[in-house]
Amino acid sequence: MARVVVDVMLKPEILDPQGQAVQRALPRLGFQGIADVRQGKRFELEVEGPVDEAALARIHEMAETFLANTVIEDFVVKVEEPAAAGEPK
Amino acid sequence: MTLDTVKHAAETPESEQPWKELGLKQDEYERIREILDRRPTGAELAMYSVMWSEHCSYKSSKVHLKQFGEKAPENDALLVGIGENAGVVDVGQGYAVTFKVESHNHPSYIEPYQGAATGVGGIVRDILAMGARPVAVMDPLRFGAADHPDTKRVLPGVVAGIGGYGNCLGLPNIGGEVVFDACYQGNPLVNALCVGVMKHEDIHLAKASGTGNKVILYGARTGGDGIGGVSVLASETFDSTGPSRRPAVQVGDPFQEKLLIECTLEIFREDLVDGIQDLGGAGLSCATSELASAGSGGMRVELDTVPLRDATLSPEEILMSESQERMCAVVEPGKVDRFLEICEKWDVIATVIGEVTEGERLEIFWHGEQIVDVPPRTVAHEGPVYHRPYARPEWQDALQADDANALARPANAAELREQILKLVASPNQASKAWITDQYDRFVQGNTILAQPEDSGMVRVDEDTDLGVAVSTDGNGRYAKLDPYAGAQLALAESYRNVAASGAKPLAISNCLNFGSPEDPAVMWQFAEATRGLADGCLALGTPVTGGNVSLYNQTGETAIHPTPVVAVLGVIDDVTRRTPIAFAEEGQLLYLLGDTREEFGGSAWSQVVHEHLGGLPPQVDLDREKLLAEILISGSRDGMIDAAHDLSDGGVVQAVVESCLRGGRGARLVVPDGLDAFTFLLSESAGRAIVAVPRSEELRFTDMCGARGLPATRIGVIDGDSVEVQGEFSIPLSELRTAHEETVPGLLA
Repeated sequence: MARVVVDVMLKPEILDPQGQAVQRALPRLGFQGIADVRQGKRFELEVEGPVDEAALARIHEMAETFLANTVIEDFVVKVEEPAAAGEPK
Repeated sequence: MTLDTVKHAAETPESEQPWKELGLKQDEYERIREILDRRPTGAELAMYSVMWSEHCSYKSSKVHLKQFGEKAPENDALLVGIGENAGVVDVGQGYAVTFKVESHNHPSYIEPYQGAATGVGGIVRDILAMGARPVAVMDPLRFGAADHPDTKRVLPGVVAGIGGYGNCLGLPNIGGEVVFDACYQGNPLVNALCVGVMKHEDIHLAKASGTGNKVILYGARTGGDGIGGVSVLASETFDSTGPSRRPAVQVGDPFQEKLLIECTLEIFREDLVDGIQDLGGAGLSCATSELASAGSGGMRVELDTVPLRDATLSPEEILMSESQERMCAVVEPGKVDRFLEICEKWDVIATVIGEVTEGERLEIFWHGEQIVDVPPRTVAHEGPVYHRPYARPEWQDALQADDANALARPANAAELREQILKLVASPNQASKAWITDQYDRFVQGNTILAQPEDSGMVRVDEDTDLGVAVSTDGNGRYAKLDPYAGAQLALAESYRNVAASGAKPLAISNCLNFGSPEDPAVMWQFAEATRGLADGCLALGTPVTGGNVSLYNQTGETAIHPTPVVAVLGVIDDVTRRTPIAFAEEGQLLYLLGDTREEFGGSAWSQVVHEHLGGLPPQVDLDREKLLAEILISGSRDGMIDAAHDLSDGGVVQAVVESCLRGGRGARLVVPDGLDAFTFLLSESAGRAIVAVPRSEELRFTDMCGARGLPATRIGVIDGDSVEVQGEFSIPLSELRTAHEETVPGLLA
């Protein structure tokens, strides 16, 4: 089965309260040197059948209408190489 | 790109400028050039464009809003009137209450969750800026048809946004309205109200005075969100293609706002500010120009000191940004250190961005170069004023002639019963618990009454039990039939609701939602509604303390129903004496107060049964409303009434069903002499209420009504577990509960 990843991020101009909260916490926890944090969402979709153009178009539509709120968020669709099955680690 | 400095602007008078794209009209742009005696710089153009937008300047509505001041009734309770961030009312015992209702309609259509959430955030900061601790919020909402797919997109987002933001702030949501009507399809109305409490001496105003005083911007960093929100978003009509234009909407952070509230209140306690203003629509453009305009001197601002979220923002964008959770304060130099210390304690970023100057100019600099040099009054308070043409629409006569009283009525008792069940189950009359249960109504522990009661009530003082009550009401159907009467009916209903819960109405705020002011028919509706409201407030003795106008609520040529929403604030000396709506005590007598006429124009019955809108709305009698309110308040104070419910849409039967379901008791009703069952149960005559009177108090109560000249008719008794109208029909409470409570979750859950 192939995996398609949809990464959703708030648009750059939109406030990201979660990212800010993480950034403020970092120095308190002893992690220095991070100027800014923005937090997004990652969807890993296990696709049944081939990942052809039609499947990608469907995923694109899914991302646009459901996974991302395109008023405030951008998204990127990526096809991941299928994990080689059965190989020992 | 070279910086467009004042000097550069003076040298390049012929440069093309994007005034049109920023929403300015040709003559407005020319007026700016006249005021400045040169072309404006980019930054100046940005400021004028947002501040002269309909949303900020009230340019179409101003000439009509003047009446609220001109016709203001004498009222000792009014401490701060129209023109400040919000009005302030004296409620006794040294307390003052501030409240205001505002719209966030267009943003909530584009991005329901964040639009509604930032609407709450904005009104809360308005109240905070007056010096008050916000104590409660309310939200009058209007959506398209309940079964329309877009309502299912917009409503859950709006409700979650209101709940999410308000709950995070720890503010109880104590009421409001939810109305469905196809006319709001594509133009939902999301109005937000906030109430705040302070002591008289804590009142703060938005003005910058005292040469040398520092201007401090504090709260969230400034980002690229909401740029041009007011000029583009709130002041233009959506085209019929739907939400295709998606300018930057704002995302709010309620936890940042909570810090801002506590930080600001601590700053007030130590008396560290001279003037203060929240940043809402038009952001820094608005805050700096309004503070400077209202004060005695000028102001100089170093714009490059503003803390940014995005370092690439241009000065124009910084001036126009509507980033949330920001405030601007004017502080004496000696108090700046302490101010910054308190901000640091609360983890709130605070920066001195400028100071009050001797001159009369607002001057803004960017890395040492001057980019703004304007008289602040011309930006903030002396914007364009339009006398827009208005005319009674041609169709108004035909609409009023289409008499709802002539509609086919139920032929027999069985049909009447069936129509009543249909009415109480219809989306507008059904229980809204599914919505209001998503809000925290009791946080802070001072909520006395909340939805579905007639008004929301909170305790102000835990020792004396002093409290305030607020109700918001509006009926677009009535206002469409007659905007003058419709506005007065909204006022009367809200006034009546406050009185029915036992509080004395003191003052009002309003949110006037209308279509495009460029349509003479809409402008006529606006003129009539404001005239009606101003006359009504004069008659009832309740001044307008402030409010908000939302225009351009239309899609294509079709405007929403004119929808003036009125919020009445009242005071109650002892909240333990409040009157709930619940019929809870078996055997108590039910009295109908006021006169019932055959009035079905704009009624819920005409909508639900006939999908009809025509005729005239119910008659308005404000003297009667006053008398009714006095009786309701005295009855509650002296223990003569245990429950009361105002009568409005849906008439007697709607009120009885709600009160019975609330109390878990049935009622046996008798049709009074001179009325038929249909008119008795479903007419929407104004100036009426139903009260439950303990038998021991009956004589005292009827004597009081008799002596004061208020008709009081005994219509039944609290009894059993069904609503029975003798000789007509009986409906078990269980059947009513199913009908009343399953509609909204069925449509939306």
